[in-house]
Amino acid sequence: MVPELGNFALALACCLALTQAVLSLLGAEGRDARLMSASPGLAFGQLIAVGTAFLALVWSNVVSDFSVRNVAENSQSQAPLFYRITGTWGNHDGSILLWCLVLALCGAAIAAFGGNLPSALRARVIGVLGAVAAGFLLFALTASNAFTRIWPPPMQGQGMNALLQDPALAIHPPILYLGYVGFAVPFAFAVAALIEGRVDAAWGRWVRPWALASWCFLTCGIALGSWWAYYDLGWGGFWFWDPVENSSLLPWLTGTALLHSAIVVEKREALKTWTILLAIATFALSLCGTFLTRSGILNSVHAFANDPTRGLFILALLGLVVVPSLLLFALRAPVLSPSGIFAILSREGGLVLNNILLCSIAAVVLTGTLYPPFANLIGGVQLSVGAPFFDSTVLPLAAPLILAMPLGPMLSWKRATLGPALLRLWWAALAACVVGVIAALGWHGLAALGFAGSAWLILGAAADLGGRIRLFRVPLAESLSRLAGLPTAALGAAIAHAGLGVTIAGIAGMTLASQSVTFLRPGQGLDFAGDHWTLQSLTNKSGPDYVARTATLVVSRDGRTIAVLHPSERAFPVQQTDVTDTAIRTDFLVDLYTALGSVHDGGAEVRLRYDPLAPWIWLGALVMAAGGGLSLADRRLRVGAPWRRESKRGSRAAQVSA
Amino acid sequence: MALSLATRRRLMLVAPLGLAAIGGFGFLRLLDRMQTGRYDPHAVPNFLVGHPVPSFTTTPALPGRGFSSADLRNLPQPVLVNFFASWCVPCQAEHPLLMQLQSQSVAIWGIAYEDSEAAMAGLLAAHGDPYVRLGADKTGAAAIAWGISGVPESFLVDRGGVIRWHIGGPLSAETIAGTLDPLLRTYA
Repeated sequence: MVPELGNFALALACCLALTQAVLSLLGAEGRDARLMSASPGLAFGQLIAVGTAFLALVWSNVVSDFSVRNVAENSQSQAPLFYRITGTWGNHDGSILLWCLVLALCGAAIAAFGGNLPSALRARVIGVLGAVAAGFLLFALTASNAFTRIWPPPMQGQGMNALLQDPALAIHPPILYLGYVGFAVPFAFAVAALIEGRVDAAWGRWVRPWALASWCFLTCGIALGSWWAYYDLGWGGFWFWDPVENSSLLPWLTGTALLHSAIVVEKREALKTWTILLAIATFALSLCGTFLTRSGILNSVHAFANDPTRGLFILALLGLVVVPSLLLFALRAPVLSPSGIFAILSREGGLVLNNILLCSIAAVVLTGTLYPPFANLIGGVQLSVGAPFFDSTVLPLAAPLILAMPLGPMLSWKRATLGPALLRLWWAALAACVVGVIAALGWHGLAALGFAGSAWLILGAAADLGGRIRLFRVPLAESLSRLAGLPTAALGAAIAHAGLGVTIAGIAGMTLASQSVTFLRPGQGLDFAGDHWTLQSLTNKSGPDYVARTATLVVSRDGRTIAVLHPSERAFPVQQTDVTDTAIRTDFLVDLYTALGSVHDGGAEVRLRYDPLAPWIWLGALVMAAGGGLSLADRRLRVGAPWRRESKRGSRAAQVSA
Repeated sequence: MALSLATRRRLMLVAPLGLAAIGGFGFLRLLDRMQTGRYDPHAVPNFLVGHPVPSFTTTPALPGRGFSSADLRNLPQPVLVNFFASWCVPCQAEHPLLMQLQSQSVAIWGIAYEDSEAAMAGLLAAHGDPYVRLGADKTGAAAIAWGISGVPESFLVDRGGVIRWHIGGPLSAETIAGTLDPLLRTYA
């Protein structure tokens, strides 16, 4: 009964989304206030319907209704409740439903918090979102219906992917999707602006918070995935340049560029065409990532249902989103005339440089990711593009970006000179050089480059803030009051830039990591990375749906125990898979990392790693996202549109950033 | 011929659409090739293609039928070298296609990878023997020499002993018709 209800709700949502698209767009075109006023209600209705469908699927998973094919294939009754719930989106059909839910959430958010938008613009944005949602809901209803029944139902489900039974990976998809799908809102704004043929400062101000919020989620989502890979896969890597990782990085790169170019639109009404294109490209790349992942066209470690039929459907959806919007772009973009002119050396110029470099990195990553299939298509050769290509091409593009990052915020709008900016940054530059030289002497060139870049970013951000609050030039109390009065957007930008510095320090630290794989029997130990590691014991334990083998490893330094670690390996009989659970002790400077390999002959193979600064990689991403969040809280963004001052509207708009 | 600024600007604005269209068309072709078995993203490339047969040897699986690298030179016709094992399910799925190829007088030389004589003989007795020559690779040394990543894998060796084509995985009717047959004609 409940799955049928879900299926019905899904069909209803599809109809509502279609109505939402048609009525809103028609209403905006004909300036029909009555039609336009229907759009928020339809968006809410769609959210309620998709929400019901989603809850129905969650329910089917929770009660282990194995007559639902999706549940039978991806769940099992002994799995813990938490993973039965999160397993809902741990498979293809369920994740498409989650995608729809987030899309409906975006539409409803515009309906709820877009009160300050001109009614036609709001109707158009909701209409475009409705059109995209209708396509995806149709997909969720037909080619990948999660509510299909099977008869007779099996006694037990086939079990969920054991690797997905992990807290970080359980929340990874929703956060990632909030980022991916969130970029549908800037996309909808871009299409609406193209239809209207107008992009102005207010438009930039409306788009930016949505882009920023999506960017924060995407940053966290990517970091979560990377963290999971590090601690769960058991060999200590954090980024593999896997096609699926790349396809999440691509919208992040263009989305970062979008954030920055939207500033130029907002402040100077320039780069309009470019910003519109970035908004379209970012969402298109999000969709493209979905297509690449789900169609199985790329050779990736991320296994999803590799189904060319579904791939065809997503490709059609991708085409329906991208072709009309780019056609509209080709036809209407000439109408958007830039009004702000600027010198090459200016804040705008700096942001253009940022855009060029970020988009070049995106182009390089896209090329590397798509090269193998297209090489096969054109030349019939089978090849793969791996980390060496990406490392050697991204680094030369990232280096100038990092070099320019602290300088940009110090340049003035319209026309600037480098002199004053350099004057404020000389000590940061000096410190970065010192750090680089020390690292080069102690370790190797790559680490030195990384640490110097990191110091440059963090200290540059500090110099930016210090300059703004006139630290050490006026009394400290005045500086602090200036800090309190600083626009949070400026504070957020500095923190986000410093966050990248933290991540880069982590990556540089990882180049100094050392590892050892050895076979130990209980009682045996070895000296590794300055510590003594002893395998104390090996024990067996059973869990709800697995059997675990756990090792107890004691790490001692100078005769003193500094850590006791319990790496384990869980065997899931239903899924017939083994999962390694690493044990990591971190003091935020160094990770002591252990993973258990095969157990035989009364001993065990253990993998030991000494990872300096590893946690900084993800910590930095969190700092970046926090900076973005802080920037979202800025009054100027919150108040958004220029004309309202009354408190009621203001507080309503304030929820946009909440 | 110099284009006016406005025309160039227009062309530039159409460029994203053009790029997307090319990409989309490529994706469509790839999906089509995946469905017909002509494109496998997980296929492992073999670096021996275009090079002479590596130095290897097999033990005779059945009396007088074993072979080594020396036998794969100066051949009267191209040879399909097929790595297989009786314990491998995809190999059994592939077997009828090999029988069919044999009936079209394609020379197939088999290498049984880490297999016992009894199991192999049982398989061939039950489903037919498509192999002109048959060697056993009990230690896996030949498999390492050929750089295979699993069974079944097949190589097309031309008359001069140069590897011309490789497939990592079972043959399919589409691959035989679309790729192998033309190659056999080319190197005949």
